[in-house]
Amino acid sequence: METAIEVRDLVIERGKRRVLHGLSCTIPAGSVTGLLGPSGSGKTTLMRALVGVQVVKSGSVTVLGEPAGSKALRHQIGYLTQAPSVYADLTVRENARYFASLYKGLSPADADTAVERVGLGDATKQLVGSLSGGQKARASLACALVSRPTVLILDEPTVGQDPVLRDDLWQQFRAMAAAGTTVLVSSHVMDEAGRCDRLLLIREGRLIADDTPDAIRAATGTTDLEDAFLHLIRAKETS
Amino acid sequence: MNPRILASTTRRILTQLRHDRRTVALLLVVPVLLLALLYFMYKDIPVLFDHIGLIMLGIFPFVIMFLITSIAMLRERTNGTLERLLTTPMGKLDLLFGYGIAFGVAAAIQASVAAGVAYWLLDLDTAGSPGLVIAIAIANAVLGVALGLFCSAFARTEFQAVQFMPVVVVTQILLCGLFVARDQMAGWLQAISRALPMTYAVEALQEVGVHAEATTRLWRDFGIVAGCVVVALVLAAATLRRRTT
Repeated sequence: METAIEVRDLVIERGKRRVLHGLSCTIPAGSVTGLLGPSGSGKTTLMRALVGVQVVKSGSVTVLGEPAGSKALRHQIGYLTQAPSVYADLTVRENARYFASLYKGLSPADADTAVERVGLGDATKQLVGSLSGGQKARASLACALVSRPTVLILDEPTVGQDPVLRDDLWQQFRAMAAAGTTVLVSSHVMDEAGRCDRLLLIREGRLIADDTPDAIRAATGTTDLEDAFLHLIRAKETS
Repeated sequence: MNPRILASTTRRILTQLRHDRRTVALLLVVPVLLLALLYFMYKDIPVLFDHIGLIMLGIFPFVIMFLITSIAMLRERTNGTLERLLTTPMGKLDLLFGYGIAFGVAAAIQASVAAGVAYWLLDLDTAGSPGLVIAIAIANAVLGVALGLFCSAFARTEFQAVQFMPVVVVTQILLCGLFVARDQMAGWLQAISRALPMTYAVEALQEVGVHAEATTRLWRDFGIVAGCVVVALVLAAATLRRRTT
């Protein structure tokens, strides 16, 4: 399978604290990869490094054959930050249309489609500041989807969403991957892990597993991914 | 810079402003109220109002645009939109010039309303043309925007951002020649005054006050203010880091 993202010996420090300790992994193109780990494990820091906004101490990050953050990549990457990063004093539609306008060849109609896709079709004229937390997160997601990126980096996209909507969003991620998009989704809840093609389990800035959900279950002799995660942590601690 | 992105960013910032009706009202009304206050303070000495009111037409937009820009840019940083924008094809100058143009447009409306009221209702009298006064006021407002964009790079919180106002703005107001004529200041104060950009905007306004035609000194001062705007915007771009810790 073709590689979309390659991370080699990535070391990142924030202040005096080392957040990532020489992390290496590869993410195949056209797949949904789950980045799982507890809060504070380094998920967001790794994602920031992939989109090229994180100061890196050492190591390399290559996305679609280019160094992360390079100019050519900015047309091809979609990034959803963990906290909704949209303008509270603009409407949903104005936000989506603004982010669409930053990319060549996108029309206001493309922006409206992205808003429909996240289920905000009936709130297009509402100011983002007046929306609920889950709706704000979806408005932010629409702005990441609008450019139809080749690589989509989503930091906890389904937190606080209603189960039906969550299911709908996951089906969309799967459909995008089937069409060739590389999707990386972070989560701290294990029940979403089973929907991924591959999983990266991260804890305290180190990768403790990088495999398919089935392989992880099989290797740890568990049927449940939560148990598998525990098993892997305990195995690390005793070794 | 990309004309399409610059234009849509300018439009986005103006749309944000338009949604905030109270801010728009404050932008238009506050300078007028302050000018009216000055008018009544100097009711018996209209010569002084002609002098001080004229300078205030340049100072108000500068102060207000500096504050608004500092906060707007800080909001871009703290709500994550800046981080997201820096992962898109947008260039740093698209964002900075977008702010410069959008708030420059707001300042143009503000300065026109304030100057209109000053000339027609408050009997402001200048030897030169009101058009020049408005042009200098707009240039000074854009200077405020540029300095606000630059200073916001050094603030992590709103508390810090507003502290730059006394440092950057009040110093310039004190030393621009409004309180003490510049040639009556001590040598070292004159030197500082010469190094501060608003000094030249105020001098340009004073030139309009006493000369019927635009003088070479006025154009020189105008050029200096415009040059400082460009320098501040370039410095702001240099301090705007794509990668942060």
